[in-house]
Amino acid sequence: MGRELQKQPQQEMASAVEQLLAVNPYNPDILPDLENYVNEQVSSETYSLDANLCLLRLYQFEPERMSTQIVARILVKALMAMPAPDFSLCLFLIPERVQMEDQFKTLIILSHYLETGKFRQFWDEAAKNRHIVEAVPGFEQAIQAYAVHVLSLTYQKVPRSVLAEAINIEGLSLDKFLEHQVANSGWTLEKGGKGQLIVIPPNEFNHPELKKKSSDSIPLDHITRIFPILG
Amino acid sequence: MATYDYDDSRANYDDPRHAPVSAPAGQDIGYDPNFVPDSVKSFVVHLYRHIREKNVYETHQMYETSFQSLSDRLFKDTPWPSVDAVAHFVDNDHVFCLLYREMWFRHLYARLSPTLKQRIDSWDNYCSLFQVVLHGVVNMQLPNQWLWDMVDEFVYQFQSFCQYRAKMKNKTEQEIALLRQFDQAWNVYGVLNYLQAFVEKSSIIHILEEEKEGLEQFTATDGYDYSGGSSNVLKVLGYFSMVGLLRVHCLLGDYHTGLKCLLPIDISQQGVFTSVIGSHITTIYHYGFANLMLRRYVDAIHEFNRILLYIYKTKQYHQKSPQYEQILKKNEQMYALLAICVSLCPQGKLVDETVNSQLREKYGEKMIRMQRYDEEAFAIYDELFSYACPKFITPSAPSFEEPLVNYNQDAYRLQLKLFLYEVKQQQLLSGVRTFLKVYSTISLGQLAIYMEVDESTLRTILLTYKHKTHAVDSAGKIMSNADVDFFIDDDVIHVVESKPVNRYGDFFLRQIVKLEGMINDLDRVKLD
Repeated sequence: MGRELQKQPQQEMASAVEQLLAVNPYNPDILPDLENYVNEQVSSETYSLDANLCLLRLYQFEPERMSTQIVARILVKALMAMPAPDFSLCLFLIPERVQMEDQFKTLIILSHYLETGKFRQFWDEAAKNRHIVEAVPGFEQAIQAYAVHVLSLTYQKVPRSVLAEAINIEGLSLDKFLEHQVANSGWTLEKGGKGQLIVIPPNEFNHPELKKKSSDSIPLDHITRIFPILG
Repeated sequence: MATYDYDDSRANYDDPRHAPVSAPAGQDIGYDPNFVPDSVKSFVVHLYRHIREKNVYETHQMYETSFQSLSDRLFKDTPWPSVDAVAHFVDNDHVFCLLYREMWFRHLYARLSPTLKQRIDSWDNYCSLFQVVLHGVVNMQLPNQWLWDMVDEFVYQFQSFCQYRAKMKNKTEQEIALLRQFDQAWNVYGVLNYLQAFVEKSSIIHILEEEKEGLEQFTATDGYDYSGGSSNVLKVLGYFSMVGLLRVHCLLGDYHTGLKCLLPIDISQQGVFTSVIGSHITTIYHYGFANLMLRRYVDAIHEFNRILLYIYKTKQYHQKSPQYEQILKKNEQMYALLAICVSLCPQGKLVDETVNSQLREKYGEKMIRMQRYDEEAFAIYDELFSYACPKFITPSAPSFEEPLVNYNQDAYRLQLKLFLYEVKQQQLLSGVRTFLKVYSTISLGQLAIYMEVDESTLRTILLTYKHKTHAVDSAGKIMSNADVDFFIDDDVIHVVESKPVNRYGDFFLRQIVKLEGMINDLDRVKLD
């Protein structure tokens, strides 16, 4: 019982909110709907930047209606959207005096560590603030995915210890994680001089020669400009 | 914080049209709002007739040239005659009177300082005018320049009102009473909803889509409606309102939503937005600024470069235009923004030779210091940002509780702080870049010694480099902004310098279109 039935109202809510955004984005009456939608995004592990920015905008217009708890959830969700710049996009809309609150200071520090590749400090800080980040399911996995993303931009072969630090997984759990990546994401393992090396499958960023030669391609809509002439 | 005076004394306004501030309008001795000089009578009578006859060309001439020269000659520091004094010359035409008042207030804002009452009256006038347009009862053809100025002025007066309201400290009791009483005037919801209503009611987004498939003409006729009968006013206001929304969202610090509002307009091609220089500049300035804040430096550099080159080549044609000062100011601001972008993302090859030499002349010395990332460098980032950023606003109403405090700088301070925070996060990258440029391969250990950091710190710096040089575009795709790129194999760094890409295809396409245009022109030449 259940899964299908449970899914339904969530989707309905999402499409109802998207509808509201499309029809009437500058309407103070949709504020409660958008707040519910934030909670919905947290529990159903979905994400809508547009809806959340719209809510922050309404808070900006009517600061007395702001719920800092909702703002904190939006920020945690935005961290989970790294490498997209969503966290800064949200901060641009949150008044400075609100950002001075402890929970926001912590989130800003966490974001700073992620932005500057300091994963060890990030995981240490996150561990000290479980009450903030554990309120949002999927947090750890999302950050791990970001870490893997940056590593795969950077490395062709990454030492096991570097990976372990970035994703905060060690020992047997790391073996299991690797097993999963080998099976699903084309990773391979190699023996290096100082320990295990993980070979990340090539992409245009860690193998720049794979980059598409953009000089050879012209977008279609540019060509359409000369259609009348050709015709 | 920069010593640069951000405050909105008139001379520093976003819109520094002539600055002398004199006594509040209407209090000048000798100004009689009911006195109408003959030249003004003739002006309104002719303007009214040209509008009625749908003579866009003459309307434009009168609007651009006559209004300006009369203002210079007769109304240098007084307002124009009141609308009541001229109404009977124009059959008391309701719409014409609304248009006249719109110009009346615009002139007042530009040359004098409006009182609170006048700000509120101007808002009421916009509401009446916009209601008329939105309910589709106008059948005029107005020049694009005028329609653009309407949207531009509407947003400007909103911004000006927010700045004014935020300075609570020196408000008189009477002003506070007025602010409380007319709390709907220049309300942010009202402003956004008018712009949004224009976009929706005009179906402009649909029209632009249809145009791509050849089902509709808009850009080709510059937005005018030559088929007779219908009016261009709602359509073109809808079109310019998308730019207006971009600007309002930038003023609020909502860059993502601002860019989203602009999406229906393809800024890579000519369009109605390029038909009016003010709209062209406003569009690109805000587009570039938003992309800078989103770390999409290459996009920002690309568009700044294009418009700066365009301004450089066409500046002379605008010397006599009332917008000339504004063009020069925005030109300077965009060079400052370009200096920031190029310092954070040294993609020199994206910048045209002409623009580059201007950039070096203006900011060459500062840009060298910006690479150092010490306190002095941050001070320069601060200075350039403060000089070139939009005049951010706090949209919410003030607290009327004592003690009254000024909050007109809050929004700006926040944006500046977050921007400088970003600069600090990137402070070690220019050092890495310098080393990467001179090696094709180097071991992590070696580079760590050169950079005087330990190996694991170096790894975090390299990750930061990759993260900061790979922006996420609006579709969620990763785009490389890196001039020097690299990859790491275990503990060896391999450097790859990106080669300039020559876009021959686009070049040829442009030349084909140009040639075709020329052949068409030649075909029209009749030889006797």
